[in-house]
Amino acid sequence: MDKEQSREIIMENYLHPQNRDLPHDGYDAINTRNESCIDNINLYIKWNEDILEDIVFDGEACAVSISSTSIMIKNLIGKKAKEALEYIKEFYHMTNGDDFNQELLGDACCYLEVSKQGNRKVCANLPLKGIEKAILEKIK
Amino acid sequence: MNRDDFPLLKEDIIYFDNGATSLKPKCVIDKMNDYYTNYPANTHRGDYDLSFKVDQEYEEARELVRDFIHAKYLEEIVFTSGTTESLNMIVNGFFANLLEANDEVLITSSEHASNILPWFRLARKMGIKINYIPLDSNYYVTLDHIKKALTANTKVISIAGITNVIGDIRPIKQICKLAHENNIFVVLDGAQMVPHLPIDVLNLDVDFLAFSAHKMCGPTGVGVLYGKKELLEHLEPIVLGGGMNESFDNPSEVILSELPTRLEAGTRNIAGVIGFGEAIKYLNKIGMDNIYKYELELRKYLIDKLLPLKHIDIINIESDSGIVTFNVANVFSQDVAYYLNKYNICVRAGNHCAKILKSSVGVNNTVRVSLYFYNTFEEIDSLVELLSDYDKIVKEMI
Ligand SMILES: Cc1ncc(COP(=O)(O)O)c(C=O)c1O
Repeated sequence: MDKEQSREIIMENYLHPQNRDLPHDGYDAINTRNESCIDNINLYIKWNEDILEDIVFDGEACAVSISSTSIMIKNLIGKKAKEALEYIKEFYHMTNGDDFNQELLGDACCYLEVSKQGNRKVCANLPLKGIEKAILEKIK
Repeated sequence: MNRDDFPLLKEDIIYFDNGATSLKPKCVIDKMNDYYTNYPANTHRGDYDLSFKVDQEYEEARELVRDFIHAKYLEEIVFTSGTTESLNMIVNGFFANLLEANDEVLITSSEHASNILPWFRLARKMGIKINYIPLDSNYYVTLDHIKKALTANTKVISIAGITNVIGDIRPIKQICKLAHENNIFVVLDGAQMVPHLPIDVLNLDVDFLAFSAHKMCGPTGVGVLYGKKELLEHLEPIVLGGGMNESFDNPSEVILSELPTRLEAGTRNIAGVIGFGEAIKYLNKIGMDNIYKYELELRKYLIDKLLPLKHIDIINIESDSGIVTFNVANVFSQDVAYYLNKYNICVRAGNHCAKILKSSVGVNNTVRVSLYFYNTFEEIDSLVELLSDYDKIVKEMI
């Protein structure tokens, strides 16, 4: 994925994010925010057994956090808790600059370059930190 | 002004985050290095030349601070680690012993967290009440609004001289007059004020003042607590230890030192204090009047250039300090900061620690440009050029 493609995916997901919505009944709520409290996102998760049946979000955040939330939602809906954790792990590998499974991450690979700038990594990781916490809570 | 004094400004960088902390001139860095290199002894400890020199330099810094804020007595100047610690000492060491349940403290919604959270805890612990002075349409504090907020239980007004988001200058002298007529104490958070304009605590008649060295060309980890002597005498030390006691034969017979040493337990940030003294000498040389005048010129220049830009929403068009806060239409503040960072321009994005301002201003996050005397009109030109091109901002923000 080249720089321009990455940018397009990020902008598309920022301007038209997936499932930016108010919470519905039967959804678990989880808040995720970064240290300086600028990015602030609420995730709402609907479980079917151990499957992430639906995820919606609301909140205020930068382009990287919002788009990352959107992409994560697209890629995680329908996954089992364990599979989702695998995915999250690969995402962290990517943003840490380690080897990672490109195939598994799909369009989320668009953060490979962005996450090397300043603390943009924190922004990209933000929604994943939130959902990871929710999943670990669920399968505890 | 004086750009050559700042090693960093020789690099290709534009620093507009002076509200967070200022750059350090070489003379301050050299002064601290000189201490560490040539006389790194402790204060008030040894009867040898090195230690004697430390005491001289340390106490000279105190005198420089006293003179800088026009305090009457040297004992009224206590060195702390910064505004935050000073405010905590004032709240927990003085007011915690004085206030009673249902006494009221007046603050505003644009205060920094450091002037809110200590009071909140006191409210939780002692049942005092925290009330807010309503802000006017420019987010200013007016005497009329204060008068309306006063009750028979109001005991303290604790506010910033200049706020770190709006940059408005509060009418402190009039506030003190009104407060004292009603037996109310005034605590002044001077973090954003003392670095930018001449200050005279006697003329203002404030009861307490807190400020930090690092926002005024000094080092981090040093600040000042000023209090009127008769009040400071009653400020209970929160931190106890070496250097602040005369004798301690047994628990019931501890005799504490005089002011200000009593409030400076433990080994202080000696290099920092000495460096701070040098920073004050440096600022005096430029002249605080000149600094203030120049910052206002810079501000006006920036505002005039931003106003025609339709996609820029300036939060504080009216304001008499070097703080300009704005948003770019439909672009998150942090993304604006990242965009500018690509061109080596440092600005701050976020809520600037004034979290409860949201209820007043209605926006959560902003971009803040905070100016200091070493900024230039050319730097502002560069900033405005980058902000003029909306498509470029959107294209390059990631
Ligand atoms: C208005 C105001 N008060 C207090 C502080 C806290 O200062 P410090 O972090 O140096 O203790 C700041 C710093 O940003 C400030 O702007």
